[in-house]
Amino acid sequence: MDGEKLEQYRNLATRIRAHCLRMTHRGMSGHLGSMFSMADMLAVLYTSILKVDAKNPEWPDRDRFILSKGHGGAAVFAVLAEKGFFPMEWLDTYYLDDGKLSGHISHHVPGVEFSTGSLGHGLPVAVGMALAARKDDKHHRIFCMMSDGDCNEGSTWEALMFAAQHNLDNITVIVDYNRVQALGKMADVIEMEPFAPKLELFGWAVREIDGHDCEQVEDTLSELPFEPGKPSWVLARTVKCKGVSWLEDTVGSHYGCVNDEELARALAELGVS
Amino acid sequence: MRSAFNEELLEIARKDERIFMVLADIGYGEIEPFAEAFPDRFYNCGVAEQNMTGVACGLAMEGKVSITYSIANFPTLRCLEQIRNDVCYHNQNVKIVIIGGGLAYGALGVSHHSTEDISIMRALPDMVVCCPADIKEARAATHAMIAHEGPFYYRCGYKQEPDVHAGVIDFQLGKAIQARDGADVTLIGTGTVTFRALQAAELLAAEGISARVVSMHTVKPIDREAIIAAAEETGGIVTVEEHTVCGGLGSAVAEVVAEAGLGIPFRMIGIPDTYVHIVGTHEWLLDYYGFSPEGIAATVREAL
Ligand SMILES: Cc1ncc(C[n+]2csc(CCOP(=O)(O)OP(=O)(O)O)c2C)c(N)n1
Ligand SMILES: [Mg+2]
Repeated sequence: MDGEKLEQYRNLATRIRAHCLRMTHRGMSGHLGSMFSMADMLAVLYTSILKVDAKNPEWPDRDRFILSKGHGGAAVFAVLAEKGFFPMEWLDTYYLDDGKLSGHISHHVPGVEFSTGSLGHGLPVAVGMALAARKDDKHHRIFCMMSDGDCNEGSTWEALMFAAQHNLDNITVIVDYNRVQALGKMADVIEMEPFAPKLELFGWAVREIDGHDCEQVEDTLSELPFEPGKPSWVLARTVKCKGVSWLEDTVGSHYGCVNDEELARALAELGVS
Repeated sequence: MRSAFNEELLEIARKDERIFMVLADIGYGEIEPFAEAFPDRFYNCGVAEQNMTGVACGLAMEGKVSITYSIANFPTLRCLEQIRNDVCYHNQNVKIVIIGGGLAYGALGVSHHSTEDISIMRALPDMVVCCPADIKEARAATHAMIAHEGPFYYRCGYKQEPDVHAGVIDFQLGKAIQARDGADVTLIGTGTVTFRALQAAELLAAEGISARVVSMHTVKPIDREAIIAAAEETGGIVTVEEHTVCGGLGSAVAEVVAEAGLGIPFRMIGIPDTYVHIVGTHEWLLDYYGFSPEGIAATVREAL
């Protein structure tokens, strides 16, 4: 990959993180860790992978992107604003009275495919969309970004069995696999490992990558489907709250936001003034 | 209120070994004392509410008292059939506790608004539906919930909610508590929004309307006597619930009024039949939907 492209991804990911810091700080809302964890992947997805059109968000042949971990919605709002789906000023109203953007992702916002917030809802709906695309002989693709908690839900397993049964190779799951949940680390809640082999046994083609390595993210998502006739699953190893040194890999980063002093410090760490 | 609930539960659990907490990855900053005190009676099922409810039911089948606990709709709607078929049909000792009823989670959005829970839980045979109005009620309700044999739905607030009642309260399931007497109309509230009804009564008093305020903390079984007394003694009823107007407190009260043949002025203040996708804090959304003291007072005036 050329250095320029990589620089582009890095810059966008940094801007997403800076927006999220300011948005959650202003509204005193949570989930910063969830947003930072997937920021790099969103930068790659919305720059090079997803075929979407900011001028025509309802374009019928667009790729569908469902954020199943709806609590990280601010990061998607940030990338959509950066890509011109709606005015940048909307970000300033996040979580505020009479605001344009809610704490969880909402389909009332241009560019957002589906509202979520209750975990385990994204994949079944994505599978339905994939089924419809195939039936209608459409060639757009369906992407579903999920979290560890999403993978605890029975509905996710019901959907992934169905997708394999029907050979839906137009669907791709990306798990933001930071291994931190709401009440503890995955190892102390419901351990998923060995995760990739489990999914393979369930009929999915699986790749395990570093979700902060933009080059690897781009390369991996450029090779879809991984196997014809199988749905694709990207197990993206990430660090919760990647980019704010003192919050990285903490359960606490799921909750509070940063205070004034921490905001300045976190922005400085990102190299943003 | 959630802290008060957790404190009471911990005290009860110290004496009652039957009590288990079965959670679905929620409770950060609140449940740790229980988890530390009783590691063998505390289970985090992960984000898996159906399993949480089934496991809780299995424990209850073997004589335990299970508490399921999560925010908004997760321990209710996300696992509704487990509640209906497993818990209620088998009349098991599972206590379903939600944190943040109504619009408490404000700007988090529709997924986190528990605005149909009262009507849905109320429709299940054998389920008790309890929405404490303030922290005093919440503490007493925790004890009443454990003392009660069978399924129980407990709608808990999540902030430091103001007191509705002055002094000591006599809390009994199915018995409304009067927070203020009045002669011209009765405001019947449930849950933490009842405080706003009390504020409205003060505004009304200033203009010569004497409003009784009643906390209907138990929506099921409902206190028929209190409703009939309100109708006969004050001549009008306005219900106040942080919940859809379809099937909740207002409907429960209306059922009693209609069956008793009491043709009185009657209004329901609640969330209209819609999803609240406008964005705002809890208090702001409540004002927007007519729950400001002025808004409630205006509805009362219109009713009379
Ligand atoms: C059905 C459901 N139960 C509970 C919750 C509350 N909740 C929000 S996020 C979360 C878990 C957060 O951890 P994870 O899923 O790993 O997300 P990430 O680390 O990517 O933020 C929980 C339990 C929810 N949103 N939906
Ligand atoms: Mg996680």
